[in-house]
Order: sequence, then C-alpha cells, then structure tokens
Amino acid sequence: MEAQETKQVKALATKIRLGILDAIHSVGSGHIGGSLSIADVLAVLYGREMRYDPKDPKWEGRDKLVTSKGHCGPAVYATLAVKGFFPYEELKTMNKPGTRLPSHTDRNKTPGIDMTTGSLGQGTSLAAGMAYGERLKGSDCRVFCIVGDGESQEGQCWEAFEFAAAKKLSNLVVLLDWNKRQLDGYLDDCMPMGSFEDKFKAFGFDTVTVNGNDVDALAEALERTRKGGDKPYAIVMDTVKGAGIPDVEATPMNHSIPVGDEQYAKWTAELNKQLKELED
Amino acid sequence: MPNIVYNGEMDKRQGKNVTSKVIPELMEKDPKVVYLDADLMSCIGTLNYAKTSDRAIECGIAEANMIGVAAGLAAEGFKPICHSFGIFSSRRCFDQAFLSAGYAKNDITILGSDAGVSAALNGGTHMPFEDMALYSALPGSTVIDVSDATCLDSVIRQCVDRPGVKYIRFSRKDYAKIYEEGSELPIGKAVTLKDGSDVVIFACGLMLHEALKAAKTLADDGIDAAVVDCFTVKPIDREAVAAFAKKCGAVVVAENHNRFGGLYSAVSQVLLEEAPVPAGVVAVEDEFGEVGPQKYLAERFGLTAEHIVTVCKEVIARKKLTK
Repeated sequence: MEAQETKQVKALATKIRLGILDAIHSVGSGHIGGSLSIADVLAVLYGREMRYDPKDPKWEGRDKLVTSKGHCGPAVYATLAVKGFFPYEELKTMNKPGTRLPSHTDRNKTPGIDMTTGSLGQGTSLAAGMAYGERLKGSDCRVFCIVGDGESQEGQCWEAFEFAAAKKLSNLVVLLDWNKRQLDGYLDDCMPMGSFEDKFKAFGFDTVTVNGNDVDALAEALERTRKGGDKPYAIVMDTVKGAGIPDVEATPMNHSIPVGDEQYAKWTAELNKQLKELED
Repeated sequence: MPNIVYNGEMDKRQGKNVTSKVIPELMEKDPKVVYLDADLMSCIGTLNYAKTSDRAIECGIAEANMIGVAAGLAAEGFKPICHSFGIFSSRRCFDQAFLSAGYAKNDITILGSDAGVSAALNGGTHMPFEDMALYSALPGSTVIDVSDATCLDSVIRQCVDRPGVKYIRFSRKDYAKIYEEGSELPIGKAVTLKDGSDVVIFACGLMLHEALKAAKTLADDGIDAAVVDCFTVKPIDREAVAAFAKKCGAVVVAENHNRFGGLYSAVSQVLLEEAPVPAGVVAVEDEFGEVGPQKYLAERFGLTAEHIVTVCKEVIARKKLTK
C-alpha cells in the first residue's frame, strides 16, 4: 500500500478498536481479546479488499465474510458501524434485549452479517459451502473466513479444510487468527496445535504466515489471494490477543474481561490520540 | 388423496430405486437443487448420475462438514438434499443441522437411510432408533418416516421447496406397496388406510405393513381396527389423530423407533390435549439396536403384526374398564 493508504487503513483499524470498546463497555464486559486481535484484518478487508455496499447489504455482487470465531462479533459490528451498515450508536445496544447485535454473529439479525456462527468450527463448513455455491453460480465473489486458533481444535475445521482443498475452492480465503491464547489460557498449555502453516500446506492450501497486526503485510497477503488458481488460500495471522491496547495485551487471561468506566476512559483516550495522529 | 392399492404384496421398487430416480430428476428440473452425500451414493443408487453433475457433491466421510456445506449452499440460494445412513445424518451431525441449518435459517433436506431395524446386518452401531426424537426437537423441523416407495418419492419432491430442516428416514430396501405409483401424499396430512371403530392404529414407516396385517387378524376376531398412516411425524396431523381417537376410544401407535421422542410422543401429546383415551405402543422399548436379518430384528424388538394385535386387545380391554 502507498503510505497514505496505509494511514487510512490504520485509522480504520483504530476506529474499529474504539467501536469494540463502545460496544463492550456498554454491556460491561465481553470478548475483547480476540476482537482486538482481528481489528487489523477487518480494516484491510473492509478498507480495501472486499466488495460490498453498506446501503445494500444483500447486494448480489458482494464478497462475503464468515466470522467463524463468532464470539468476536463486537469487532465485526464495529467495522460495519464505521462503514455505515447501521448507525454507530447502535453498537451500544449489543446483547441488550431485542438487539440486532447479539454476542455471536447472526445473519438473520444484523445488516452486513452474511452467516450465523458461534458454535466453533461450524463457520468453516458454511464458508466452504458458500464458496462452492458462488462457483456454481459462476460468480467471481469471494468468501473470507476468520477462524480462531483455539477454534481450530474443533475437528470440523479440518473436515472443512480438506473439502475446500478437494474442491479447489480458490475463492475461499481462510484467515487464521493465531493469537496464541484461548479461554482457559495459552494454546500451548491447553492444546498445542503445532505449525498452522505446515498443517494448511499439508491440507492443500496456498498458505502464508504474516504479522496479523501489520496492515501492510495483511494487504499484501490478501492481494495474493486474488489470483485464483486451484487451491484455497490460508493466511496464518500471527497476532497478539488484545492487540492495540497495551493493558489488554498484558492481561494473560483476556478472552473475555470487564471494561469498566475507568478502563474505557483510559483506553479510548489512548486510541483517540493515535487516531488524531493518523488523521493529521 | 392418494389412491390406496395395498394387497399385502411388496413393491417392485425398493427405497434406493426411488432415490436413484427422484434425486437426478429434481436436479435436472431445478438448477437450484444440489445433492450432497458422505460416501454412500452407491447405497442409494445415485453414484453414476453424480459423476455427471457438479451439483452432486461427494463430501467424503465427514457428515458434520457435509451439513455445514449444505447450509452454506442454502445461504447462496440453493436447495440442498443431503444423504447418509440415518445414524450419521442425525446423531453424527446434529449440532450442524441444528445451528448451521435450523437456527441460521438455511433450509435443507436430510435423508436418513436404513431406518431402525432395516439397518439389519450393519448392526447396533448403524441402527437409528432415536433419529426422529432428535429432529423432532429442532424448532420448525419436518420429520417423516416413509411408509412406501410412492411416499418416499412424493415427500422428497415436496421437501425440496419446504422451509426449515426436513428429515426423511426411509429404508433402502423393500416396502409393501401401499399407494399407487405417482400419488402425492401431502406432508402433514395423515392418510386413512382402513376405517374402523374399535381401535385406531397410528403407524409410520415400515410399521404400516404390520399394522395392516394386524387389522386383518383383528377383523377375524371381530375387532374393527382403523389404520392411519402418520408418515409425517412432525408436524403431526392433530385433526386426524384427535378425530380417530375420539371415534375409536382406543389408540395404538406402531413405530420402528424408540418409544421416546417419535410418533408415540407426538400422538400422546395430541391425546393428552384433545382426546384423552386409553393408548398403547408397539415400539422399541428403550434399547440399542443389534445385528441380524430384518425379520429377526422385528421379532426381537417386538415390531410385528402379532405384537400390534396383542397391544390392540390390551388397550381395548382398558377402554372397557374405563367405561
């Protein structure tokens, strides 16, 4: 990306982080760690890579995102709100009675959400089915699927990956959020997964590993996935759980933590300062 | 209403002959119909056709993924038909059917072959006595236990365009011929195969043939039994169940399934709410399956015409006591 575009995408990532805080602070606590770790990839996807129309969320020609780690809804809602799919203030209704923004993403509730997820692993097969469907329709739309590293402990993910490779779904891009932590602690303590890059390659994916909190690296990796071919794509995103907010990064058990008034004030001040610098 | 041609003889068409014909036909007719299987295409006669169409999708031995892929295809506007043996297309992938399809409102049709004792020589690991219980608990679902070859043909055609998750259990093998080929059996409408006044037998699936044989035996003993085909277990035909229960005052349910969660549960709810009359059941008494020829298993689990006759007489005796 040109320097100016990098700044714009970084600014979007910062706005997404602010949106995550607005949503989670309004409830009091939530899945902040894994939401923050994917803020940068969402900024690249919605800032430059994906085709979509906020005024027409069901537009036939759109690319689709399946957030298989559905508990990171706050990050996707923040992105959609910033991009104008629904009013920004609606972020503060998350998880409240009658909301359109449930904790886990739901295609039947939220404008811009293409698939219902939350039971980990299931989004991978859904995304593979959608990619297969796009190909049957002769469409050039692509399907992006964000999968958690802990989530990949679900066997269904690997069923879906072998299917995607067998069917040569090159319109499918799996984005694995390797943030090294899950609910009960570090991945390597709970259930070590070995090398994701080796695994994806062995399963027949065109695979790269990049710094998943570096928007330039992500943009380059995503550009590669436009070239089609006969393999699905995997981008192993080496990320930090809680990325972008030092206090959250430094909290080992940060899967779901409270965001009280004090933290909210401090963290939003930090992010707003960053945003000002990026927008100057 | 469908034309009833039952005379006790088996249909020349087996279950798999129907699937091998109707699935390709539907795919040829409607470009939105897709068919997914988990390494069991050969078992329902679709393998050769599948090789000719990219809308027939071999998913390998991975049923959870198959249902998820089907749900994803439904989100893209397709009308998926998935097949595996009943145990794999229910227990093995139930969370995917429940959430990825049902909860997410991705409408799909699921075929479960080898219903109950028809799993025969594949044995206890392959014998679904609980599949209808699982799918009955999925909100908005349709649950069907196919009563003959014509019924199988008719319900697959209807399910493709029906909302929700549709589960069709059937036997790949022999069925008694009950309906004239080509008849339509509207989902949700029970069919009266024989009217009667002393007791009504509500049956589904392979038990229809047994129920009709039982009714004949009962007639020889001077008992006038009605036989009603409840191939749609959910939504149950409340009107028909209540009306026959009231008319006969005694109810027997016959199903090739555990007594918990299938047709007996569905009928019992209607009886409790609308027509509380004495009732009994011929079903699997809370057991796992086992290996053996189908005829042996029907005897072993108490799923024969003789068992139906016995329970009918027992329920009629209770009816007299309560009068």
